[in-house]
Amino acid sequence: MLAKRIIPCLDVKDGRVVKGVNFVNLRDAGDPVELAALYDKEGADELVFLDISASHEGRETMVDVVRRTAEEVSIPFTVGGGIKSTEDMKRLLRAGADKIGINTAAIQRPDLITEGSRIFGAQCIVVAIDAKFNLEWQEWEVYTHGGRKPTGIRALAWAQEAERRGAGELLLTSMDADGTKDGFDMPLTRVISDSVGIPVIASGGAGSAKHFAEILTLGHADAALAASIFHYKEVTIREVKDELRGEGVNVR
Amino acid sequence: MIAVIDYGMGNLHSVSKAVERLGYEAAVTSDPAEILAADGAILPGVGAFGDAMANLRDTGLEVVVKEYAASGKPLLGICLGMQLLFTESEEHGRHQGLNLLPGRVVRFQGKYKIPHMGWNDLEFVGESPLFRDVKPGHVYFVHSFHALPDRKEDLLAVTDYQQPVTAIVGRGSLFGMQFHPEKSGELGLKLLQRFLELTAVRVG
Repeated sequence: MLAKRIIPCLDVKDGRVVKGVNFVNLRDAGDPVELAALYDKEGADELVFLDISASHEGRETMVDVVRRTAEEVSIPFTVGGGIKSTEDMKRLLRAGADKIGINTAAIQRPDLITEGSRIFGAQCIVVAIDAKFNLEWQEWEVYTHGGRKPTGIRALAWAQEAERRGAGELLLTSMDADGTKDGFDMPLTRVISDSVGIPVIASGGAGSAKHFAEILTLGHADAALAASIFHYKEVTIREVKDELRGEGVNVR
Repeated sequence: MIAVIDYGMGNLHSVSKAVERLGYEAAVTSDPAEILAADGAILPGVGAFGDAMANLRDTGLEVVVKEYAASGKPLLGICLGMQLLFTESEEHGRHQGLNLLPGRVVRFQGKYKIPHMGWNDLEFVGESPLFRDVKPGHVYFVHSFHALPDRKEDLLAVTDYQQPVTAIVGRGSLFGMQFHPEKSGELGLKLLQRFLELTAVRVG
């Protein structure tokens, strides 16, 4: 039976991990490659790098990070952030990334999903959706630019369009839950996951091992992603997996 | 030397690095002479079946891969590279494969998530030198089509995704893995290592 996946996410700026990382057994807590290798060893099922570099040089550095990561780790990893063209995708995939995450650029030009999927295969294309509940609509709205800009687009319709255009997976972040540590967004995740035929990674709101178990069972998510609680060792990947096993969830 | 066959499809860097990490020399190459001289060859691949076969044909590598397989030296197809070993695929129309193993590649069909993406359990169903001192466990799959070998004896390992799914095939010195051994943690590396060991032993 297919296992549920636990995915740590690293924010990388100009080749360095940003947001505090609280690991004692690291030579250099700012090195994404070293951290990736550690998460691999701890039992992470996949990794996500989010490149938040604003400059061209910063993005070039990311290609090098990807190349070194591919040499060090033996689990799949996704790279997202600032990817605007199939040329950008190609550079990162050739350097050793397994999947490419696209968000704002996909909203601005949905053909990017179609093109990427056709050239590299659906399994390479992860469409990231940042969603927030819109009280007026009584439905979730898609935000772009790192959650700063409302788009007027309904998240559910966008998720289905992304699938139709050839996305292989969705990375769904709830802006309402993100940072609360109160748990993942159950209604959002469930609605989206039940409305598409591709896997959904839930993100935003993880505060405890129990939250992972909830979203992967009741929330119908195929995978769950978190950043800070893993970086600060509030919960370890091992603890999350133990909790999941205890709940009868199939994990690696 | 292990040839990682470059025909313009997919992530070759990870495969060649994994080979090197296991202590073997790897060359990412599209040079027929270099491929034919290699002790072992890996046919990787992600993307669409039809495109991959077109690339193999256009680069003249289809003949090279067949010749390599006929030489009896170990050849491993990974993911799409495994599917290419079969007779034909129904991915976006009908496409002839390399026909080194009789069988078809068909789409997953049903009310479940496609692609089959993530870590799934292997079950060994045949005998193989690949399995020597290896305990089955989880490996990383990502695919929307799966292979149905005509001959039961070619099937070495399966996984379960709504149905038994072909995970490892093999006959003589020809092998295929539907999952990505280079992305499947320790177990994946172990299976890759067992394959690489055959390049010194020569079976078949």
